[in-house]
Amino acid sequence: MPDSSPTNSWVIDVRDLVKRYAGRTAVAGISFQVARGEILGLLGPNGAGKSTIIRVLAGYLPATSGTVRVAGFDVFYESAEVRRRIGYMPENNPLHLEMRVREYLKFRAQLKGLARPALRSRIDTVMEQCALTDVSRKIIGQLSKGYRQRVGLADALVHDPELIILDEPTIGLDPRQIRSVRQVIKNLAGSHTVVLSTHLLPEVEMTCSRVVILNEGKILAADTAENLQNKIGRENQIVAEIAAPLPDIQQLFDGMKEIERSDVAPADGEFYRCALTTRDGADLRATIFAEARERGWVLRELTRSRPTLEDVFVHVIRNEKEDEEND
Amino acid sequence: MRACLVLVRRELEGYFVSLTGYVIITLTLLLLGFSFLALLSNLNGEATEAPLTELFFSTWYYWLIFLLISPVITMRLFALEKSSGTYETLLTTPVNETEIVLAKFTGALIFYAVVWLPLLLYIWIVHRQTPTVAFDLGGLASTFLGLLLIGALYVSIGCFASALTQSQMVAVMVSFGIGIVLFILSVWTLLGAPLKGWASKVLNYVAITSHMEQFARGAIDTRPVVYYLTMTILFLFVTVKVVESRRWN
Repeated sequence: MPDSSPTNSWVIDVRDLVKRYAGRTAVAGISFQVARGEILGLLGPNGAGKSTIIRVLAGYLPATSGTVRVAGFDVFYESAEVRRRIGYMPENNPLHLEMRVREYLKFRAQLKGLARPALRSRIDTVMEQCALTDVSRKIIGQLSKGYRQRVGLADALVHDPELIILDEPTIGLDPRQIRSVRQVIKNLAGSHTVVLSTHLLPEVEMTCSRVVILNEGKILAADTAENLQNKIGRENQIVAEIAAPLPDIQQLFDGMKEIERSDVAPADGEFYRCALTTRDGADLRATIFAEARERGWVLRELTRSRPTLEDVFVHVIRNEKEDEEND
Repeated sequence: MRACLVLVRRELEGYFVSLTGYVIITLTLLLLGFSFLALLSNLNGEATEAPLTELFFSTWYYWLIFLLISPVITMRLFALEKSSGTYETLLTTPVNETEIVLAKFTGALIFYAVVWLPLLLYIWIVHRQTPTVAFDLGGLASTFLGLLLIGALYVSIGCFASALTQSQMVAVMVSFGIGIVLFILSVWTLLGAPLKGWASKVLNYVAITSHMEQFARGAIDTRPVVYYLTMTILFLFVTVKVVESRRWN
């Protein structure tokens, strides 16, 4: 039941959330907090439990155990208070396809308790915010998917909620549409708190201030995108493309102490593409160039890459597996 | 409360924007037309003692409207929203489950009342052409009260069936099944199955056909009124529980 702990300052406060479906654990005891104005990304492969967490946050599904508070209210016991404060766009963005855009937004705004004087101006505002003004009289079923997605977003925003919850907001859109939807989300930063789920890494990198990485119902990592990159930053990769006999290349890299792992694969022609993982982020580019020149090899590429979130993702999932094997 | 009205309006718009609404109205007109023809042949140009409304409801076609049309009216209420996914967006608005069920029920009941309106026209035509047949406004009012009460029961059964599933077909079959059981219970007594004691007493209380005849005759008995109201409230209550049940598991 409600307690008056200092957790009330969080917009979202999830503690030991467990959700079991018949015979399957979708969420296995996770905790996280979200502060006002943050954009949090829930990132994970399909089936990681993202949608389940989102549905519990929106008050659609009950938790099996654990507490979830939104703006200080318990999502189960004070569901009405929570529902008043959230704007929710489910996965696949269900809409009443036979309605017109403005008519739909008016219907939804009225359901959410908006009345006359504010109603019209709020609808105008969100239609502008989501670039829907020129389709306001069109029937939703005849709009492209990108427009429909923005109608869903406008619905989530229309009552100016404290918390906006978006489940896979860009799924199934083309790159141009994705960009426009992301822009709308990005513009919300600061003024609104947003939680979105996605299995696309670039999405998180571009829109979110903080990331929670999920796999099989557990949190693998939670931090800002930048910190996560830095965390595995020690494992810098160097990529070199060299034309030389394969055994010679292997011998060279095996002899270098700073290289933790080398991965040599044939590229086109006589070239081999070598991906080198170095210890403690050592930068071996100068050394490799010198060695290649000394042996008279042709070197056509030499780059050092910072890890993308994709690498972070693979990294944390791999660590998880290794831990399990060690247990 | 205002959100409730918004939802009722939305339900009604749903019938008139989609084809379903017009198909239902057409089907009902067809059935009412058959009843009308049967009524005319019953009259046979002779003067009768019975009021017009009673004669109309002594034909059998109107039963198909209760049994077939109400399930079709109600099948979409929850099932359609579940299959299209809008159920989730609806249930995450500040409107609570009871309001949602009441709004959907009210919307469907209003539409049900609308499809009966052509009956007024038929009765007016017959009344004008055959002034010898008895007719009074009180009888007409009690006829429509009966239609509304029985309709409320059938529509609440439909609400319940639709809340159970996301398939409109299943919803139709479930509500048709429950509806036909109630109907068979009432024709049982008409078919003269000689039941004695408590069984015949109970069957008398639930005999919808004879209730309707009473209403058409202009007689309003409180027992059937109470029966329909309590049954309707019972089915709506169960529907609310079904809608809430997603929060139990």
